[in-house]
Amino acid sequence: MQDSKRSSRRKLLRIGVAAGGAVLANRQIAKAAEDTPGQLGIPLGPYGERSPFEKAVRWRRDTKTPETGSSFTPLQDSVGTLTPSSLHYERHHAGIPTIDPAHHQLVIHGLVTRPLSLSVAEIRRLPSVTRTLVLECGGNSGSEWAAKTGPDVQRSYGLVSCSEWTGVPLSLLLSEVGVQPGASWVIAEGADACRMERSIPLAKAMDNILVAYGQNGEALRPAQGYPLRLIIPGWEGNANVKWLHSLKLTDQAYMARDETAKYTDLMPDGKARIFTYQMEAKSVITFPSGGQTLPGTGLYELTGLAWSGRGRIERVEITTDGGRSWVKANIQEPRLPIAFTRFRLPWRFDGRDAVIASRAVDESGYTQPTREALIGARGTNSNYHFNGIKYWKVQADGTVINVEA
Amino acid sequence: MWKLRLLLLAAAAATLVAQMPKYGVGRPATADQIRDLGTAIAPDGGGLPEGSGTVAAGREVFIARCAKCHGEKAEGAVGPILVGGQGTLATAKPLKTVGSFWPYATTVWDYVNRAMPFDQPGLLKAAEVYAVVAYIFNINGIIGDDQVMDAKSLPKVKMPNRDGFVADPRPDVGNKVRR
Repeated sequence: MQDSKRSSRRKLLRIGVAAGGAVLANRQIAKAAEDTPGQLGIPLGPYGERSPFEKAVRWRRDTKTPETGSSFTPLQDSVGTLTPSSLHYERHHAGIPTIDPAHHQLVIHGLVTRPLSLSVAEIRRLPSVTRTLVLECGGNSGSEWAAKTGPDVQRSYGLVSCSEWTGVPLSLLLSEVGVQPGASWVIAEGADACRMERSIPLAKAMDNILVAYGQNGEALRPAQGYPLRLIIPGWEGNANVKWLHSLKLTDQAYMARDETAKYTDLMPDGKARIFTYQMEAKSVITFPSGGQTLPGTGLYELTGLAWSGRGRIERVEITTDGGRSWVKANIQEPRLPIAFTRFRLPWRFDGRDAVIASRAVDESGYTQPTREALIGARGTNSNYHFNGIKYWKVQADGTVINVEA
Repeated sequence: MWKLRLLLLAAAAATLVAQMPKYGVGRPATADQIRDLGTAIAPDGGGLPEGSGTVAAGREVFIARCAKCHGEKAEGAVGPILVGGQGTLATAKPLKTVGSFWPYATTVWDYVNRAMPFDQPGLLKAAEVYAVVAYIFNINGIIGDDQVMDAKSLPKVKMPNRDGFVADPRPDVGNKVRR
């Protein structure tokens, strides 16, 4: 109905212009409005929603218990460098707790001079900082270690998101409590049902960790740790404890389940690497990527995302010939450290098979490795911290599939 | 000499200032709060509460509270397998269990206490946690049938994979990083 009305108005507009003159055209539009009046849009609402025509959603792998598992960000549908809070990846171990911030306290205790209990409101009164930071699950791209790599970018690289986080530096809170000599670790605990526990070296806590209460301009979402969580720049998601309610200063790591039995990297010799917190440089082409179809030959903009736990992205290189040659992609400025960095490259699809990939180099000089190189160094049983180059094959008919390379 | 003394004095004062709270927000954490949050167990056993449990008692706790997810023989069902896997870590199909992979006995106690049973975490009393942990160690061949777990004996249990962990050597692939 609305469509037909709109097209009849458009037709009248064309007639008007053809009749020769803006004045006449305006009269015709006015007349058209009388014949078929326009319709009002929907009223203003208190909290925004996206267009009903937009369908991007997280993908969730089935688990035996719905309270555990991960949901993956639809990177193939993302534009720019931020992830909307509603599409931020999730990884939960015992469900999402409902926490009334009026009754939530963060207690800092252990090897401190003044054990302190802080309400959320009190934390929000302290000097705050805002940083745009990527957050990546230590298990992101875990499927890539296996013989068959993931078919699309969401399911293979989607446990990563980028948000603007606001909170109080943990170092500030630690100064308030007075860290005692001998303390070298901070044991963080969440208020979810399993009371997620991780050990964090004091040096990192004094460096750049945030106790965050804000994400993308509003309070954290419940699934992201409302009302308080740790944000540890560049470190695996699991250590960024959500629903934070306890920080205990100790003289040793506590060897919690999620830093020993999980999130450790098993090597071919049977030894496992422990405390592999840092997420290394990584990139992936999000368009064209697995599952998409190019409607025909001609010009396209290749685009994707790069990030590194070590800092800024120095450059991103793209191959469209299966790795034989690489060219520098254009990078969207400003490139922020430890944040999504958008890269782009105009590319002409000539209707022949093309194997495409990106590789990132960060400001430390580290180059994103191939999957082969990672497997060569670590075998295929390490599960976590995969940051290899991801190849897509654009086939002659325009369909895009994953290929191992 | 007086200059040195003055410097030392200034340094001591600076330390004192650094130790003073700058913003003074929040309130002293109460003993109750710290006790409630003090459930994290250190690998040396620090934080373990009183109580004790036998393998036999642990078998009963396991059947009543754990078997529905982990299986009657801890062989795994909805929840993961808890037994076996020793000797598999360096093979193509490693089986990571409490017995084959977990490096510290205290971690098992801590995790069962904080996160199990999955649908009712915190349900078990300290003695039940000692008991069920004793049972899991026993079925993995780590402790004998008559060994009792308590705050003293538990940290002394040497898990088979205690020495199975190494520090992060990365970057291990890719170009060398500028430090």
